Amino acid sequence: MNAKESFTPSPAERQPGMESSGKTFDSTKPPDPSDVLLFVDHVSKWFGAVHAVTDVTLWARGGEITAIVGDNGAGKSTLIKCIAGVQAPTSGRILLGGKPVHFSSPDDARREGIETVYQTLALVNDLTIWQNLFLNRERVRRIGPFSFLDRGAMRRESANMLRRLAVNIPTINARVRQMSGGQRQAIAISRAAGWGSRLVIMDEPTAALGVRETARVEELILRLRDEGIAVLIISHNFDQVMRLSNQVWVMRSGQLVGGRRTNETTGTELVSMITGADKQELQEEFMTGEEQPS
Amino acid sequence: MSRIATTGQTGQSQAAATLRQLREPAFWADWTAAVALIILVIVFGIGSSTFLSWGNIQAILVAAAILVMLSVGQAFVILTAGIDLSVASALTLGSVVLGQAYSHGWNMVLACVLAILAGIAVGVVNGLVIAKAKITDFIVTLGTLSAAAGVALILSNGEPVTIISSFLLRLATGSVGPIPYFVIVAAVVAIVAHIVLFHTRFGTHLLATGGDPEAARAMGINTDRVKIAAYTISGFLAGLASILLAARIGAAEPAADTTFLLNSVAAVVLGGVSLFGGRGNIIGPVVGALLLTALVNGLTLLGVSQFYQQLAIGIIVVLAAMLMRYQR
Repeated sequence: MNAKESFTPSPAERQPGMESSGKTFDSTKPPDPSDVLLFVDHVSKWFGAVHAVTDVTLWARGGEITAIVGDNGAGKSTLIKCIAGVQAPTSGRILLGGKPVHFSSPDDARREGIETVYQTLALVNDLTIWQNLFLNRERVRRIGPFSFLDRGAMRRESANMLRRLAVNIPTINARVRQMSGGQRQAIAISRAAGWGSRLVIMDEPTAALGVRETARVEELILRLRDEGIAVLIISHNFDQVMRLSNQVWVMRSGQLVGGRRTNETTGTELVSMITGADKQELQEEFMTGEEQPS
Repeated sequence: MSRIATTGQTGQSQAAATLRQLREPAFWADWTAAVALIILVIVFGIGSSTFLSWGNIQAILVAAAILVMLSVGQAFVILTAGIDLSVASALTLGSVVLGQAYSHGWNMVLACVLAILAGIAVGVVNGLVIAKAKITDFIVTLGTLSAAAGVALILSNGEPVTIISSFLLRLATGSVGPIPYFVIVAAVVAIVAHIVLFHTRFGTHLLATGGDPEAARAMGINTDRVKIAAYTISGFLAGLASILLAARIGAAEPAADTTFLLNSVAAVVLGGVSLFGGRGNIIGPVVGALLLTALVNGLTLLGVSQFYQQLAIGIIVVLAAMLMRYQR
């Protein structure tokens, strides 16, 4: 990513009345946990003496895309692992729809409607698309004491899952190995969205993709949002965060620095929050004369 | 008119597609064993007047039964990206347990059950040590290869035991109509294995575990349990095959023999199962086992010395492995 490009404010960002005084959102005043889908309440995760996540409180709403940004090692991945049930938080609570939940495995989280699209996608290349969509959730038919795969039902439902999100894949009988990077991402996202999930977590969903494939995947993420799913996304791509998200949370060295509504912030502000550098300094460093705001 | 024209066209394009497929090395790689078996049958059929006689075909099928069962077990293990070097030892141990139990006055059914349990025990030990202690499959099964052979020698005091049992005799020589019992047992094993692999959740989880263990675990599959199950299946089939072995030679022979081990791996490789796991089927290894057995049978009929037979098997396996590189 061209760093300079992402710091250049768009005309919309330079509109007047966007300074902090005009902001409606205050990240230090949390809403009632039952008003939002996901509420992370003072969560900390320590690995021995290492404080990976310290006292983080943030939330995400259904039908919105919530981004978590931060430098490498800021604690984003650890926090997301706590939400997805991969790791248990050292302290603090996680609430879903106002109800505290405790996950001892990703399966627990999955049962509560939390799905994660890992950076590695967790697709098995040698299995077909429909086998991957139903991996470990296979439909079976009982015949006496035995249960056999209901391949027909899984094929039909797979086709529906992909059609629902307008994912264009020629045949669900193809092996994932034969798919392009964007198609794989689309399959992984469709799988995450396809199980009545309420919260879909994505770790760098377009990091490995080209321009056109990124656009397709972003459309797909917007469709999840439009279906009312809460989407939680980790991204290093500021353009993408500004383009897609409704809400941004910024983390630095394990702590939450702050949160903004996306339409009330700028790329520059986010960078200054991430690095801890003064906003003015950054502007001087990166802005050319003609682009400098008056 | 127009309908006929279209049908003709699709017929033509289908033929073209088939031709294109034939030119793809991947097509040949997927069907190595079947193609080789057909060529072999044609060559030996021309070379020997008895090769294609019903009696000889029966003999090949009976001789292949034990190898088919071991290869199916080996296929399950190799599909998880592992290897089971202990199959031949488990086979020997099973038949020795059967022989000892029977010669010590146990009833035949119980002796057979013990033989199967002995095979299962070897498989369970393999699976537990590999999955739980995270020790390389190659080393673990090399260890149990030796250990199981050792136990077989200890139990039998190194002496073969003759087993005189009407049940085993009937199993070895009887048939349903023209189909020998051995062939029926092996065929049932192969069919059940195919159903387990492609029509049960366990089968899908097995392929996922071998194909991408990280992804399988991320989706909540207990890959350790799948691996333990795969080695247990291999051990179980070795135990089951040991009954056929005891029936075939009418004795329990404790001396170690690695031919079955090498041939089971060879049959699986010939059958197009990837040694990296996650891809393959059951029909392939079964055809591979038939191919190896038919090869030995045909070469014997043509009067080729045993030494050359070993050489021929070696060459075929390496050629098959080279073709596998073109797999889709």
